[in-house]
Amino acid sequence: MKKLLTALVLILMLACLVSCGTDGNKDSAGAGSTTLYVYNWGEYISDGSEDSLDSNAAFEQYCKEELGMNVKVNYSTYSSNEDLYAKLSSGSVSYDVVIPSDYMIARLAAEGLLCELNPEQTVANYAYIDDNFKGLYYDENEIWSVPYTYGTVGILYNTDIVDPADENIGSWSLMWDEDYTGNILQFNNPRDAFGTAQYALGYSVNSDKESEWQEALSLLKEQKNVVQGYVMDEIFNKMKGGSAAIAAYYAGDFFTMYADNELLDFYHPVEGTNVFVDAMCIPAGTKNYDLAVEYINFMLSEEVAIANAEYICYASPNRLVYENEDYIAYMEEEVHPEAIDILYNFDMGNMEFYHDLSEETRLMMNSLWEELKIESKIGISIYIICAAIVLSLGAALTVTFIKKKIRESYYD
Amino acid sequence: MNKRSFLERFAAVPHTVWAVLFILAPLLFVVYFAFTDTYGNFTLDNITMLSSYTHIFLLSICFALIATAICLVIGYPLAYIISQLSPRRQKLLIVFLMLPMWISLLIRTYSLMAILDNGGLLNSLLVSLGLDKVKIVGTSGAVILGMVYDFLPYMVLPIYTSMSKLDKRYYEAASDLGCNSLKTLFRVTLPLSLPGVISGITMVFVPSISTFYISQKLGGGSFDLIGDTIERQFKNVSTYNIGAAISLVMMILILISVAVMNRFSDEDEGGMIV
Amino acid sequence: MKKLSHAYMWVVFALLYAPILVLVLFSFNRAGSLNHFSGFSLYWYRELFRDATALAALRNSLVLAVSSSLIATVIGTLAALGIDRTRSKFLKGSLTSVTNIPMMNPDIVTGVSMMLLFVAAASVPFLPVRFGFTTMLIAHTTFNLPYIILSVLPRFRQMDTHLREAALDLGCTPAKTFFKVELPAVLPGIVSGLMIGFTLSLDDFVISHFVSSPDFQTLPLYVYNQTAHEIKYSMYALCALMVFAILALLLAVNFAGAKGEKKQKNGGAA
Repeated sequence: MKKLLTALVLILMLACLVSCGTDGNKDSAGAGSTTLYVYNWGEYISDGSEDSLDSNAAFEQYCKEELGMNVKVNYSTYSSNEDLYAKLSSGSVSYDVVIPSDYMIARLAAEGLLCELNPEQTVANYAYIDDNFKGLYYDENEIWSVPYTYGTVGILYNTDIVDPADENIGSWSLMWDEDYTGNILQFNNPRDAFGTAQYALGYSVNSDKESEWQEALSLLKEQKNVVQGYVMDEIFNKMKGGSAAIAAYYAGDFFTMYADNELLDFYHPVEGTNVFVDAMCIPAGTKNYDLAVEYINFMLSEEVAIANAEYICYASPNRLVYENEDYIAYMEEEVHPEAIDILYNFDMGNMEFYHDLSEETRLMMNSLWEELKIESKIGISIYIICAAIVLSLGAALTVTFIKKKIRESYYD
Repeated sequence: MNKRSFLERFAAVPHTVWAVLFILAPLLFVVYFAFTDTYGNFTLDNITMLSSYTHIFLLSICFALIATAICLVIGYPLAYIISQLSPRRQKLLIVFLMLPMWISLLIRTYSLMAILDNGGLLNSLLVSLGLDKVKIVGTSGAVILGMVYDFLPYMVLPIYTSMSKLDKRYYEAASDLGCNSLKTLFRVTLPLSLPGVISGITMVFVPSISTFYISQKLGGGSFDLIGDTIERQFKNVSTYNIGAAISLVMMILILISVAVMNRFSDEDEGGMIV
Repeated sequence: MKKLSHAYMWVVFALLYAPILVLVLFSFNRAGSLNHFSGFSLYWYRELFRDATALAALRNSLVLAVSSSLIATVIGTLAALGIDRTRSKFLKGSLTSVTNIPMMNPDIVTGVSMMLLFVAAASVPFLPVRFGFTTMLIAHTTFNLPYIILSVLPRFRQMDTHLREAALDLGCTPAKTFFKVELPAVLPGIVSGLMIGFTLSLDDFVISHFVSSPDFQTLPLYVYNQTAHEIKYSMYALCALMVFAILALLLAVNFAGAKGEKKQKNGGAA
């Protein structure tokens, strides 16, 4: 027991050391400091790794030097718009800055979960935002949001496995190609997954016609026989390592994968695809409105915006970024020779935004997705093995029982 | 008997309050949500809707049963071998058995996925040996493998504990009475370590049937277990109720099977670990 | 036979450790990949110590594990004492079975039920329930409790009641008896309960997944929340560090234990 005690004491000491160590840093921010709660996508800001600029630390420093304020940025991340929505709508958390996508901004604004921002008046650097990204459908009067990044969905494929002469390249039909059975990855979220089928069918992703969704579902069911899996983050490892050959994903993330596997290639399907804008907003429950505005403005300033754009590799709607020659050179030389083309020069007319679906359509989509997910393609063999186990267990129990009875009969 | 002191009388009060607030009340909320719709009106729809999930329940039970059986087949001999070693080596090996449990299940599963994937280490090895690639990730075998890998220690530890508690004199008596070592194993060790086996089975079966991370990563998300289904329901506020209904049914199923299992072991402490 | 059984044991252990070895090995990989090894480097370790969010998550994990296991130990030890001394069979029975529920229940059901409770509590006016540290602490304490009671209760049962009576006869107050006689007797149970609680809390993902808020992330949640993008390889570095730390700790304890045993033996001989 002494050993256990020693181990425990050692662990506790270790724990205290670590927590004290980091607590110390926190305290050095000094008393009377303000905490700014920022809620963003995972891996969606330049965080100081790989010798990049740490945007949040830079903001803290900026506040200290320019505003004379002690600010601590509490930065946390989510993995889907729906997660963000669930947190904000439950009212159990409060944030100062969030970065949802277009259709989610529309929903949040409609439900009164956002604070009016009126960036034209309040955010000085808003002037640098490309006019094409101002007053989009989700925020027509420029009240709620300031664009942070935008991007597109496309198909990436491994040129080593997929024949570059394959006629399906360039189209969504590559995702249904039986030649690559078991090598195709599909999104593991309903909106994007249905999107691929709807584009392939030539339907709008914002349709509210049940027949179109049903058709998309049967197309996805058909695809279930050729896909390897429904994935989100695993796609990086799988595409880099050649474990899968074809996947639909975001253009910006293609570059991250390309950095480790130069056999990968990317295209925007001809049938059209999804374009999205992720924009900074201030939730209604904010306690630091002015500081939040300051943060948003700071994110648009040249150095920070470029650092973020280079780190996350998504397109930036900020003129200070996409007109910067160093940035262009960096993207083309370090990231991908066609990086700028893929990110910025696409046919916008062929792209479609996700709109917020009506409650009814959303419920229908979720139940169709449920139907797709619970459909089982597992063979009967697993049930047979299982039955065998249950039977042998039953047999063993019966034998023991009979033996016991026989033994008891000896005593009688 | 002497009178109980104040301390003895009221020591369990904080725990009782805690248990009522944070063990019983939450379960009541599960029941409440399972029998109401989004607006709080009583309904049985959630329960009747479960019929469309029958095959998921069946599939999960099958997966969990197979994983448990494999764990038992691998784990029992392991526990036996360890219990036959010198006390010092026993302790060391048990410590090594527990060490993987200190590393996040997520990371371990992710790492396992990296080994088994189509382009993973195992397949690179096979290819370099001139063999064909095997597709593991995305099959049901991979999910079962993941369960076995992640939960094997839970099987070995209780079995080992009940074996190490065994009085060595039983072995001596058995060999004196003419048992060889194999016979001793079957006629002495096995019946006496049964409580450990039972608690091992429960400790593997319960997390296996309710896992969602393993099936998502190693199954490629292409087939669903109960855990995945429940987790997905709690992503949208509108499906909390159906999620609660699934959880309720699963909980009842598990509590019944645990109760049945415990019938087989007479020991009231259930042969817990450590 | 013996050789065969040893070989079997090593094979199982090798398989059990293969993913961990891969993880440790690839944490030294320069390239961010689990597939090809491009060269030895401490790059990901440097990244890890630069990653403030990861370090904060580590700190949160430790703070939560220490505090929840300590609270659970205090409540649980008292509860074990109370359960042991209760004369009512019914009370004893019902209390132990309620206590065992979180242990028997799948994690996901415990997590979901807690979440529903907190969601409902948050909608009650004047009840400031916010998902975050408090909800996590409550959840972790709750699932730690049964394990602590389970490891302490048998010690109370096995304790020689004469000891307590003797102490009382010799003029100790009941409280003094508890601290001087009973507590030391059950201490090993408390310590192992505390250890189990600490480990469970540190490792828990499923329950935390349902009751957490993004501004209080533990390490497993941090890993899970990188889902939309990519798991950082610095996480492998962190896990490798944990493996090394635990290994060193265990070896040290084992070594110290071996020495202690030897001393005892020598003492016995002399």
